[in-house]
Amino acid sequence: MKALSLHNLRKVYRNGHEALCGIDLDVDEGDFFALLGPNGAGKSTAIGIVSSLVNKTGGRVEVFGHDLDRDPAAVKACIGLVPQEFNFNQFEPVVEIVVNQAGYYGIPRHEGYARAEASLRQLDLWDKRHVQARELSGGMKRRLMIARALVHRPRLLILDEPTAGVDIEIRRSMWEFLRQTNAEGTTIILTTHYLEEAESLCRNIAIINKGRIAERARMNELLRRLHSETYVLDVRDEIDSLDAIEGFAIRLLDSTTLEACITRDVGVARLLAALTERGIEVLSLRNKQNRLEQLFIDMVRNGAVAREDVS
Amino acid sequence: MNRTGIYWVAFKTILTKEILRFVRIWVQTVLPPAITMALYFVIFGKLIGSQIGDMEGYRYIDFIVPGLILMSVISNSYANVVSSFYSSKFQHNIEELLIAPLPNFIILAGYVAGGVARGVVVGITVTLVSLLFSDLEVHSYAVTFAVFVLTSVLFATAGFINAVYANSFDDISIVPTFVLTPLTYLGGVFYSISMLPPFWQTVSLVNPVLYMVNAFRYGLLGFSDIALWQAFLIIIGFIVALGAFAMWLLSRGVGIKT
Repeated sequence: MKALSLHNLRKVYRNGHEALCGIDLDVDEGDFFALLGPNGAGKSTAIGIVSSLVNKTGGRVEVFGHDLDRDPAAVKACIGLVPQEFNFNQFEPVVEIVVNQAGYYGIPRHEGYARAEASLRQLDLWDKRHVQARELSGGMKRRLMIARALVHRPRLLILDEPTAGVDIEIRRSMWEFLRQTNAEGTTIILTTHYLEEAESLCRNIAIINKGRIAERARMNELLRRLHSETYVLDVRDEIDSLDAIEGFAIRLLDSTTLEACITRDVGVARLLAALTERGIEVLSLRNKQNRLEQLFIDMVRNGAVAREDVS
Repeated sequence: MNRTGIYWVAFKTILTKEILRFVRIWVQTVLPPAITMALYFVIFGKLIGSQIGDMEGYRYIDFIVPGLILMSVISNSYANVVSSFYSSKFQHNIEELLIAPLPNFIILAGYVAGGVARGVVVGITVTLVSLLFSDLEVHSYAVTFAVFVLTSVLFATAGFINAVYANSFDDISIVPTFVLTPLTYLGGVFYSISMLPPFWQTVSLVNPVLYMVNAFRYGLLGFSDIALWQAFLIIIGFIVALGAFAMWLLSRGVGIKT
C-alpha cells in the first residue's frame, strides 16, 4: 500500500511564484524516505500541503488511500508532523504540549498523559515535563516536537529538518530513535540538509528542485551512479614526495596524508595495491565528502533536471 | 471512538488549555478588571453618583452596576480570544490544531468557549466587587444569565475574527481601543438614553452594545430603555452573522494558511 501518493500537485502562491509545478510522488508503506532539495525547492510546500497547512492550487493527495479533499480528517489522523520551525506554545509546560496534542486527536487526557510519559521518557525529556518549553535547549525542543508528533501514533511521520542545529551526539541518538520508530512500522518521510543523515537512514529518495522532482530512486541505486569518489588516506611513514600513479589522481596533503580520486571502474583495492608496491602502508581510509552530498551538489549544479529527463 | 467523541475530547482540550492560560496569568487577566471596576464604583458610584441622585428611579450606583459588569464581560471575553488566538498564530502553535483531524467549528467553539469562560470568571469577580458598593438584586435570573452568556459568545467570536486578521500585536489593540471602548461607553452604561435629545437617541439605537447593556440591566433591575425581544434579536443576529463569518474565514484559511 502507498503511504503517500501525490498526483500532479501544484502550488502557486499569491505573488505568482510557482512553488510546485505538478509533482508526482509515491512513498510505500513502511519506507524511510528522504525528500531532498536546495532551499526554496518546494520541499516544505509539499509537506505543508500534505499536512493541511498550505492550500494546494491543484492536484491530488492521498495518504494510505484517503483522499485529502474528500476525507481530510482521515488523512490528518494518519499523519504526525515535525516541522522545521519550533511551533509550540513557548510558555506551556512540556507535558501539557504533548497531552494537548493528544487531545486534539480525540485521546482523553488520562490516556494522553500516559502516552506523553512514554514518549517523553523515550526521548529523555520526562525530567523536564514541568518546565516551560522556552527553557529547553534547541536539541530538547526538537525532541519535544518528535514526542508531540508521535503521541497519536501516526502511520506516517513527516520530519522537516528534524536535527537542524542539534549537536552530533544528540543527532545520533535521534537517528537511533527514528530507526526504531520506522522498524516498528511507522512510515517516515524526512527532509534534511545533512545528507549524511539521509544516506544513513533512508532507503528511498526523491530530489526536488525548482518545484519539480529531479530524481526518484532507491538510495543505493542513486549512490551507484557516482562516477568517482574522493578518499583521504592516512599512511604510516612520512612521505616527502609522491610520483604519479597511473590511473589515479593522487596528491599529498601533508607528509602522512594522501588524497586520491578513484573512478568506479578502478576501485579502491587497486589503489591500495599500487601504494603497497611502492612501500606505502595505508593505516586508514575515509570518504572526503559524503557520497550523497557529492551527487546532490553535482545534480543541482547541473541545473534542474525534469523528471522525464531522468526516468 | 466515533467522530463525535473525538470532537468532544478535542473541544474540552482547547477549552481546558484556554482556561489554564488565563488562570496562569490571573494577575494580568482577572485582577485588573476587578480593580478598575472598584475604582468606577468608588468614583462614579459613590463620589460623583451621590451628587447625581436617582436615575429612572434607581440610585445612580445601582443603575450603573449592570452596565459596568457587562462592560467587563465584553472586554474580557473579546481580549481573551483575540490575544490567545493571535498568540497561537504568532508562535505558529495554531498549526497543532490545523494538522489535527478537527472540523473548523470545533476550533471556533473551543476558543469562543475559552472567551466565555474568562467573561464568566471576570463577570462573577466584578459582581462580587459590586456587592461592596451596591445592594444588588436580581430581577430575572433567566434574562441575566442569557444576556451574560450570549454577550460573551458574541464578543469572543468578534475577538476571534480580529485575531484572524491581525498581523501584529498593534492590530489586536486597535479594535478594542477605537471601536469597543467608545461603543461600550456610549452604550448606556452610565446613562439612560431617554436623557438624550431625540436625534442622539435615534443614533444610539445603531449601537449594538446599547441593547446588551439594557437587556442585562433589565435582568438585574427590571428596567430597560429597549424592548427585551429587540435586544435578544440583535444579540442572536450578531452571533449568527459573526459566527458564519468566522467559519468562512477558517474554511478559506484566511490569516492562518498560505
